[in-house]
Amino acid sequence: MSATRALPEGARREARAALWFLAPALGLITVFFVLPVLAGLVLSFTDFDIYAIADPSTARAVGFENYRAVLANPLFWKALGNTFYFVLVAGPLSVAVSLGAALLVHARSTRLRGLFRTIYFVPVVTTLVAVAIVFRYLEHPKYGLVNYALGLIGIPPVDWLGDPTFAMPAIVLLAVWKNFGYNMLIFVAGLSNIPEEQYEAARLDGASWWEQFRNITLPNLMPTFLFVILITMLGNFQIFAEPYVMTQGGPLRATTTVVLLMYEEGFRWWRMGVASAIAFVLFVIMLAGTLIQLRLTKERPA
Amino acid sequence: MSAKPVWVALLALLLAGCASGSRDSNVTTIRFWGMGREGEVVEELARDFERDNPDVKVLVQQIPWSAAHEKFLTAHVGGSSPDVSQLGNTWIAEFAALRAIAPLDERVAAGGDVERDDYFDGIWDTNVVDGITYGVPWYVDTRVLFYRSDLLAAAGYDSVPGTWEGFRAALAALKRTMPAGSDAIFLPANEWTQPAIFGAQAGSALLADHDTKGAFSAPEFRKGFDFYLSLFKDGYASPMGNQEMSNLYQEFARGSFAMYITGPWNLGEFRNRLPDSLQNSWATAPLPGPDGPESGVSTAGGSSLVMFRAAKHPEAAWRFLSYLSRPDVQARFFHLTGSLPARRSAWGDSALVADPRAHAFRVQLERVRPLAKIPEAEQISIRLQERAEAAIRGAQTSEQALAQLDREVDQILEKRRWLVSRALATTGSGK
Repeated sequence: MSATRALPEGARREARAALWFLAPALGLITVFFVLPVLAGLVLSFTDFDIYAIADPSTARAVGFENYRAVLANPLFWKALGNTFYFVLVAGPLSVAVSLGAALLVHARSTRLRGLFRTIYFVPVVTTLVAVAIVFRYLEHPKYGLVNYALGLIGIPPVDWLGDPTFAMPAIVLLAVWKNFGYNMLIFVAGLSNIPEEQYEAARLDGASWWEQFRNITLPNLMPTFLFVILITMLGNFQIFAEPYVMTQGGPLRATTTVVLLMYEEGFRWWRMGVASAIAFVLFVIMLAGTLIQLRLTKERPA
Repeated sequence: MSAKPVWVALLALLLAGCASGSRDSNVTTIRFWGMGREGEVVEELARDFERDNPDVKVLVQQIPWSAAHEKFLTAHVGGSSPDVSQLGNTWIAEFAALRAIAPLDERVAAGGDVERDDYFDGIWDTNVVDGITYGVPWYVDTRVLFYRSDLLAAAGYDSVPGTWEGFRAALAALKRTMPAGSDAIFLPANEWTQPAIFGAQAGSALLADHDTKGAFSAPEFRKGFDFYLSLFKDGYASPMGNQEMSNLYQEFARGSFAMYITGPWNLGEFRNRLPDSLQNSWATAPLPGPDGPESGVSTAGGSSLVMFRAAKHPEAAWRFLSYLSRPDVQARFFHLTGSLPARRSAWGDSALVADPRAHAFRVQLERVRPLAKIPEAEQISIRLQERAEAAIRGAQTSEQALAQLDREVDQILEKRRWLVSRALATTGSGK
């Protein structure tokens, strides 16, 4: 408090200048983020629907009714279960694959590192819809390459997108393949920051590759890990486009995620109030997930 | 540096192009949205229209069916609706509620190519919401019975009986004469159309009180639903869904089932996909009804032509809509797409008259009835499908399933109930 008051004239002028520099960004965030979120919050307490789009005066304030309806809807719990399935399977898998890829492209013995880095990153910048269509071919029960490969090792064909048991794994496969390149780059950056001397010292002491990895690489990568796990989790909770394009939430709702359900409520049935309520319930869940994760990492000695 | 004059020249050309385009105000450009194959075909019809109407240019945009609903809604909200468009007739109520599409009563009454009396009544009725006409039927879709005439003949019938009881007897005869393990009829357990049709045949309107409450527990629907369930219980149909039928046409050819209730697109599919040896062994028939053929009503599906309220050129749009509605253009449309025409006079086309399988549709079209014409109809049909499947598979009794269905439907219609009671209150006080 006293520090800000005691700010010398020069610093205060600087702060004012900074405010001007920040103004465009703050303005954009207010217009395109803060206001819509507040509008969504208000919507979630109304029964804004198709009739209200035609005539806003038919929207009624309903208090917590939308939230009650969402929590009482078995489909919401099914979607939440599917979403957690995806978060818990695709998340760790994606982190593991990107770490593995990062270690490979970072290893000094690897040739053409730049090329591999680019190749692994290509899926990230490829249009999801195009990729999903290719994956629908790959995972086709009769003509798909995936089943062909399984057939070579004697596994009978799997109806990837038509069987409720396998539809989510099929989507996990697509999502992990599509997104691991991004985390890989972050891991590569983290790996490059580890001082080479530590490895040299370890090698002099006769440490094996595994010992080096456990005692040097992993601890040094901790902050990167936290960041990667967090953004992966946040992204995975919001999974929408993959099931939307691949399965439309089927078969038997096995791939209906929370955001897909929200989309259906909002843009198929035009129950904007219910859709907004789903969005805020998901927000609370993600916030809780983030806090738990931050707490866990803080407790662990660095 | 030397490139500069080229750019200036190009820019000048471009500007000149724009200017001449906008100055040519004698030509009105209207936008038409068509879905799927229809969108492609309209392109061809539009060129003919432009020849006769040099002052109108039709810009046809093709929309895939899977994205159509979303596109229409975003276009409406974003103010970029087309002038005139094809619209699935089950969507009419929704877009009327959104005030996206324009009433057409005055234009129809003014006379011209759209002659109300030439249209099948049930089909026309799908376009009328609260007494106001919002669309003109373009092509129709209804469900009739497709069956193996050879298997039915072997069971001792040369045609499909017109009453429920006669129909049931024919199914029993089929079951006796067909090999064990096959079904007399394939009724997909995961479709809402079949239970809705049987309910409507028994006299149910599906909804009650100005379409604000479910009427599924009422005796009418119950009667149709129980008849439908009895076809499974008596072993004429297996409780299997569409996804369990790996190849419908193959199984039909193999004789795994003898009857199937389906729509006009399968006229072409059956012709193309069944082996040549079977081409004289399948036929179509109008649906039987509880009290004879007249009560054998079916669904009134298809697509309509609508005009949007935001249309910039409503007069030219109506001219194009009228052109597409002309009987000769309807007949041509049928030849291009196989979609059945919505006007009786277009059915005078020689190809339709000569096709005995199309005849069942011609008869059925006089007995079609629109199901719930409200924006919530699709949600209700999903619930109906879920409850029907539960009852078919024995997870619920017919009574439990229908009671739950009414509860769910009443919940979906809560807002509508409120709106209708409010509207009734204001008109009541007005009097």
